[in-house]
Amino acid sequence: MTVSGPSAPAGATLEAPDPVQHDQKYRRGRSARAREDRRTGYLLITPTFVIVFTMVVLPILWTLSLAFQNVRLLNLRTTGVIGDYSLDNFQKVLTSPGFVDALVTTLVYSVAGTACAIGLGLVAALALRQPFRGRGLVRACMLIPYVAPVVAAAFIWSTMLNPQFGVVNHYGTTLLGWDEPIAFLSSGQPVSVFGVDLHVSKSLLTVVLFEGWRSFPFAFLFLTARMQAIPDSLEEAATVDGATPTQRFRYIVLPQLLPTIAVLTVLRFIWTFNNFDDIYLLTGGGSGTQVVAVRVYDYLINRGDIGAAAAQALVLAAILAVLVTVYLKLFGRSEEVA
Amino acid sequence: MTTSTRASTISRDAVERRVFGALRPLVIAFLLVITLFPFYYMVILSFRPLDAVLQDPGALWPKPGEIEWGTYRDVLASQSDGGQGFLNFMKNSFLVAIGTVVLTLLVSVPGAYAVSRLDFFGRRQISALFLGVYFFPAILLAIPLFVFFTRIGQRGTLTGLLIVYVAQVAAVSIYMLRNYFDTIPASLEEAAAIDGCTRLQAMRHISLPLALPAIASNALFVFMIAWNEFLFALLFLVENREKWTVSLGLSQLSGSIEVPTTVLMAGSVILTLPIIVLFFLSERWLAGGLTAGAEKG
Repeated sequence: MTVSGPSAPAGATLEAPDPVQHDQKYRRGRSARAREDRRTGYLLITPTFVIVFTMVVLPILWTLSLAFQNVRLLNLRTTGVIGDYSLDNFQKVLTSPGFVDALVTTLVYSVAGTACAIGLGLVAALALRQPFRGRGLVRACMLIPYVAPVVAAAFIWSTMLNPQFGVVNHYGTTLLGWDEPIAFLSSGQPVSVFGVDLHVSKSLLTVVLFEGWRSFPFAFLFLTARMQAIPDSLEEAATVDGATPTQRFRYIVLPQLLPTIAVLTVLRFIWTFNNFDDIYLLTGGGSGTQVVAVRVYDYLINRGDIGAAAAQALVLAAILAVLVTVYLKLFGRSEEVA
Repeated sequence: MTTSTRASTISRDAVERRVFGALRPLVIAFLLVITLFPFYYMVILSFRPLDAVLQDPGALWPKPGEIEWGTYRDVLASQSDGGQGFLNFMKNSFLVAIGTVVLTLLVSVPGAYAVSRLDFFGRRQISALFLGVYFFPAILLAIPLFVFFTRIGQRGTLTGLLIVYVAQVAAVSIYMLRNYFDTIPASLEEAAAIDGCTRLQAMRHISLPLALPAIASNALFVFMIAWNEFLFALLFLVENREKWTVSLGLSQLSGSIEVPTTVLMAGSVILTLPIIVLFFLSERWLAGGLTAGAEKG
């Protein structure tokens, strides 16, 4: 591709080229070079390929095999690749109490978390658009929640939200007039807005906010980069024509950002859908926050039911694949237009 | 356009400008508070005695004479000295993170070069495969890896964890480095080839030195991922306290009632500080590397 340009051949150009045979020699040198490149290419990619293949691809295939067998931590040493294959695990998992709830919780968590992250990221990108002194530092600070270790962030949040000595509940009760401290991370109580029950527990709302807080820097980073690529002349022309700030945003900035937002939506949705760490660390999956990833962990470690855990993880991956495909089918085309 | 509509548009424009002009500093202040306050609170709490926190949970700065370093001594000291052993956790985290960086670069730098420069069969498929890996649920991979390392008796070792980390980050690392190699003009290497360099020599003497900024920032990126990782550390190491990483140690101890929250906050600072420092160092570095790459192209 890029390397096989006219100046690529090595062997042919060393000696003074004979004008008659030059063309032939040139071609031979070129193919020798290409062959060498191919060999070097395989040599250089092999280590990565081996490690990714043995540590990622084979395990995925093995999960498939485990999901169809009755494997438990106790009988692990005696199971091989050849065993009794059956659909028992899937039947057990799909009909077990709480699976559908976990699936709904996962969906609510991913959609709301993604929306929060992108919304906040957009607000941050817009607010920090015009230059001012110290903007570089402020921008860097915006990224801290994203780079900080998730364990530390979750621990800080659970301390801040602690009903006994957390700073949020302290000021909530003294300044905001809350009747009593709110158990943000252990309250299965549903949240209702204007008397409408949303079927979302307070704890789920808290972990969604945590997700939004931790991931908005990612959206902020991408949106800021995209905004910098919008030529100033477009907005200047609109300003001259009398467009107000909201009109300029609606008709000039937003259409330019839509493709980026679409990509961000897919990425954030996938990551939030698969997320285990945040919820495990904040609530342990209790009080209405059990997502499928946490449930898989529970089956694997606490129940020692490897087969059921594998079946559940596969269902999770399959649903994710379907959702992403549908999304790309629905919005993939409009993205191209935009 | 009639004068009346023009006037109303102008006034709407003026109103909007004023509203957004007033909102912007407020929004920026709000964003700074939500991003910085939790970490400020972490640092403050790590220096306050626990009974002072329980008595006055709303204090936003420590009272004079209240600051104490004892929490850091408690959290760092080994268990036999009555501490929590975070110094040992830090050693483990560093070993795993540094090992992951070195091994990842060893495999991904040549890999990225090959994917960027060399035309070989299956090149595209391999890049796609590597990128696909990045989107796979970690929990799905966790099951077979847990089973596999249990069976070969390597679960509970830092080496096992390290290998898993390398496999997880190699794909992203290749992707990032490949983009950088793509910006280095191939003509430089072609010139070297004319001078009789083999492909590997050209790579070592021409492209690698030029890619150093990208390799350095990639190394920092991999270090951060390995240092912050939680799920695999939990699955692999939880039974053996001697082998805990800082992340795992903090998460395991935060569940117990015996360890005071302020001591764990000190542990939290220890976990976060290296990452924040690295981030602010690499932020400048990364920007420099990227713009340099753009100019050369």
